[in-house]
Amino acid sequence: MEKLHGADIFVRALADEGVKHLFGYPGGAVLHIYDALYKQTAVEHILVRHEQGAAHAADGYARATGEPGVVLVTSGPGVTNAITGIATAYMDSIPMVVFSGQVPRGVIGNDAFQEVDAVGISRPCVKHNFLVKDVRDLASIIKKAFYIAKTGRPGPVLVDIPKDVTADMCEYDYPAQVNMRSYRPITDGEPSQIKRAIKLILSAKKPIIYTGGGVILGEASEQLTSFTKTLGYPITNTLMGLGAYPAPDKQFIGMLGMHGTYEANMAMHHCDVLIAIGARFDDRVTGDLEQFCPYAKIIHIDIDPASISKNVPVDIPIIGNVKSVLTDMNSQLLTQINKIDSNVISAWWALIEEWQSIDCLKFDRKSDKIKPQYVIETLYELTKGDAYITSDVGQHQMWAAQFYKFNKPRRWINSGGLGTMGFGMPAAMGVKVAFPNESVVCITGEASLVMCIQELSTCLQYNLPIKIVLLNNRYMGMVRQWQEFFYDKRYSHSYMDALPDFIKLAESFGHMGLQADKSSDVRDVLTEGLARTDKLVLMNFVTDQAENVYPMIAAGKGHHEMHLSPEREMA
Amino acid sequence: MRHILSLLVENEAGALSRISGLFSARAYNIESLTVAPTNDDSVSRMTIVTVGSDQVVEQITKQVNKLVDVIKVIDLNDMRHIEREILLIKVDSNKIQKELLEPILKEIHGKIIDDSENTFTIELVGNGEKLDNFIQQINTDWIIEVVRSGVSGIALGTSAMKI
Repeated sequence: MEKLHGADIFVRALADEGVKHLFGYPGGAVLHIYDALYKQTAVEHILVRHEQGAAHAADGYARATGEPGVVLVTSGPGVTNAITGIATAYMDSIPMVVFSGQVPRGVIGNDAFQEVDAVGISRPCVKHNFLVKDVRDLASIIKKAFYIAKTGRPGPVLVDIPKDVTADMCEYDYPAQVNMRSYRPITDGEPSQIKRAIKLILSAKKPIIYTGGGVILGEASEQLTSFTKTLGYPITNTLMGLGAYPAPDKQFIGMLGMHGTYEANMAMHHCDVLIAIGARFDDRVTGDLEQFCPYAKIIHIDIDPASISKNVPVDIPIIGNVKSVLTDMNSQLLTQINKIDSNVISAWWALIEEWQSIDCLKFDRKSDKIKPQYVIETLYELTKGDAYITSDVGQHQMWAAQFYKFNKPRRWINSGGLGTMGFGMPAAMGVKVAFPNESVVCITGEASLVMCIQELSTCLQYNLPIKIVLLNNRYMGMVRQWQEFFYDKRYSHSYMDALPDFIKLAESFGHMGLQADKSSDVRDVLTEGLARTDKLVLMNFVTDQAENVYPMIAAGKGHHEMHLSPEREMA
Repeated sequence: MRHILSLLVENEAGALSRISGLFSARAYNIESLTVAPTNDDSVSRMTIVTVGSDQVVEQITKQVNKLVDVIKVIDLNDMRHIEREILLIKVDSNKIQKELLEPILKEIHGKIIDDSENTFTIELVGNGEKLDNFIQQINTDWIIEVVRSGVSGIALGTSAMKI
């Protein structure tokens, strides 16, 4: 068999794994690998401008496609810069494989130039990691890395490769499969538990289906939709779960949690059976645990046993792949659906409709100032709910989640768990690499956008005409909102008083900028911006600085203790 | 409550730091941790003594099990088991009389493994409580050095932790 250099093994293995795109940035420790990349065409390398951008782009790529995002960075600062992106993917269980260069084996531990303990520094924010100590292990470690990243509860895997390993030679053989005695993800749910769950589901009087990112990661939207339709029960999604069930449908009662709808949170508080699917009872979802779903029996379907009863004790846990469990449940439901007392469920719906009539997302439509909600509502209308939407973190993220009615899974791409500002634009870039013909829009704020602004340059180089909807309120809006509510309006360091001219900024990177200053500009600017499919367009919406996100559950409060907007509260 | 967890882990570099890192990252307690390869040198056996409510210990077990290098985890509290620890203690032989020490050691199956000028080194095997009691019997001024191995545990009877 032919012998190859480690660097060639690396690129061959990626090609054999089916990797089409690699987001990276070169440096000393990965020069052999970059030389090997130069000589091949199977894998397209996207040169970012900062390693954080590479990780977020690969993350966005993974969230949109379901395939692992792949990153290549050099040792030392290359890998530390990528850590924020890796941690972001880890918190949201996104499959990603990050390759980092390392100093040669002989000097590891000697504080060599650009040396950092990549395995140690990444350990708390990866699903697993490897240091390749012998070129003969390289191909099998790459195989394992992809296998671990995408199976079970997905997550990022880091592979640290010393430079001299990429120069060493051995025979190349990419393993066809992986067999690890210490890693065997569970797939099917326990039939007896499923049976118990079905019985409880059918006897519910005030049921609610609460689903999270697991349904999207597990490709179980179809099964969830059929499950929900069959039962006729209300469904709420977490921030990470939006799009798993079509939001325009009448059974969907909105997102739940800190900025969830009144009806979703009230239904959670009053429900008697909570059917949690691929969700992890995050603190932003549950509010005060003492007051969480006080009347409910809880069923929890999750692929990760460690998610079960972590924050909230569960009555019927079902460990397994969400798709497989829902498929089993759906087939059992078909024969038993007549057991549901439709009068009882109608009474529950009547109560929910009462809550819905409060119209908790209502906002001032008469204002001349641009209301951010209106921008997103109009964007939804103009894109027909069909765009890939990425966001950064803060108020704009919540408004995007509330006002863009996600109809399909994998269309809503945001950093839910880690809450990483700077995520949105590089993530959109990654989505656009995967789907060049789709409409990809980054909804962001001015504080988030500048955190990874350098990637505008990457977008130009690779012709990635994403659209940036900048809701520019000249504040770190969510920080300002908390300061208004909980710090007596002491706006400590939340005001950005030296912002760039965003139009000129876009233009200086070779893109196009559009400005909207008043409400009547919104539709025209969005229409014009979206129509320019050949250009990256940054649309700068100068929004109402005082706008807050409602409803809101303050930290430590229960689902039934929401603040509504001032107008609503008075009503 | 105190729990003894037994783990089989891949004998890989970094496995120990993954486990100890998990405990510190999630604010779990480690009272003691011991690790060594088994008869199969690709596998290490680890015993972790931890303290926490049943809910916390269940979470610890699940989180540890989730680590890719961990092959198996059991909570020895769930079964009849035995725990053993080795104590090596060096005492000042000028202050402690051998004649007084020897009958005590005989009773608890301890022994003097080094009788040098000015010092005795004693070896004692047992559970933590037994070692604690022995140390307490010796005047602090007489003790030069104490080394404890940490707990190793094994299930009694036919139950065994194998791959």
